[in-house]
Amino acid sequence: MEPIVSYQDVTKTYGDLKVLQDIDFNIYPGEKVALIGPSGSGKTTLARLLMTLERPDSGTIKVNGENLWQEKVNGKLVKAKEKHLHEMRKNIGMVFQHFYLFPHMNVLNNVTEAPTTVLGLSKEEAEQQAVEMLEKVGLSDKLDDYPSQLSGGQKQRVAIARALVMKPNIMLFDEPTSALDPELVGEVLDVIKEIASEDDMTMLLITHEMEFAREIADRIAFFNDGVIAEQGEPDELMNHPKTPRLQSFLSRVNS
Amino acid sequence: MWNWKYAFSILPKILSALKITIGATFVAFLLALVLGLILSVLVRSKVKIVSLVVRGFSQFIKTTPLLVQLYFIFYVFPKIGISLKPFTAGVLGLGVHYSTYLSEVFRSGIESVPAGQWEVAKALNFSRSQTWMKIILPQVIPPIIPVIGNYLITMFKETPQLSAITLVEILQTAKILGASSFRYLEGFTIVGIIFLLLSYPSSQLIKKLESRLRTEN
Repeated sequence: MEPIVSYQDVTKTYGDLKVLQDIDFNIYPGEKVALIGPSGSGKTTLARLLMTLERPDSGTIKVNGENLWQEKVNGKLVKAKEKHLHEMRKNIGMVFQHFYLFPHMNVLNNVTEAPTTVLGLSKEEAEQQAVEMLEKVGLSDKLDDYPSQLSGGQKQRVAIARALVMKPNIMLFDEPTSALDPELVGEVLDVIKEIASEDDMTMLLITHEMEFAREIADRIAFFNDGVIAEQGEPDELMNHPKTPRLQSFLSRVNS
Repeated sequence: MWNWKYAFSILPKILSALKITIGATFVAFLLALVLGLILSVLVRSKVKIVSLVVRGFSQFIKTTPLLVQLYFIFYVFPKIGISLKPFTAGVLGLGVHYSTYLSEVFRSGIESVPAGQWEVAKALNFSRSQTWMKIILPQVIPPIIPVIGNYLITMFKETPQLSAITLVEILQTAKILGASSFRYLEGFTIVGIIFLLLSYPSSQLIKKLESRLRTEN
């Protein structure tokens, strides 16, 4: 099976710090992959490179077999222009740790804005799909509310609906519950679990919620100091960590 | 000293010139708004030359007096073929001068929008202009309305400077009347009162608007 996303020899440096070092990593269609590891280990950067928020310093990222950061012009590979990136982004959606809802729009409009503006859907069509999606995340009674009136968990669920309504086939979740009060974490994880179970969507989940990762992921990759130190099946990886770094990470997280 | 009969006799002429004062204020303000917004967007350009030219231009305008700029536009431009009427030259000078201040207001407003808004816009595949129009500017504008309103009042009080390039607004009208009647007290007092009667309630309105916007947030 061809990977839906592949990183080949990807490096990203910020100043002196090598955040990602020669990363080779594949994600297969429909796979749910969890990225775990200490802060600053490079997992968020991996997602951001895919979402075109940052450019890799070297290496190749391919989505559906097509080069993300380069395009073929007259038979030669050149740096990708915005038009190409725009085309590639249609496949990818992202949910951020701090939600980033549009504060000047109510919940319904937050979800319909992208479909109408970017996809050109009519207001009615967009609203219909938005209402469906908001029902799915359990917020049909909040359509007229503004983000400032919502709890963190509700905000994140709106953010998820807003990303899903664009129908990406790859969804990235960058620590979706890390900014939430503990009692609000569950409602967001439940929504993500539902998406995972009913969809053949490819999902990349960056999380510190270990039990959640174990439950939902087909594969877990442990990041440390800019490299993938270990990866494998969730139970195997978490019950029998092979590398000392993973062992100490898990013991610290579970304490 | 004060002659009420004379004061009332010159009032109609001064009020008639008020149209010029208010007209110049609003047209210059509109120019300052549009140009200020353009400058605040261009200064962020990734093309080094563009942002450098914009910054240099704004600095130059900000550090030279409005009066000098007005003289340049009205007296020097004709030498290179651009002859403007006093009203046009005045509005151009006043508008461009204040566009540099307004662009600072816009810039700080833009910078106060969280970086995450730009990122989520990209993730949802908004184009650059869609991001500006639908997501960024709607967040920039409400908090800066009070400051922009204050600049409107300031520009209104600057209009007498346009008399230096022969635009007959209310102060110049009072001066001309005074020169022919040798009575300056009534004319200048009336002009001062007009400015007060228009500026003070406006600034109070803006204060009220500011507190309303603050409680809304």
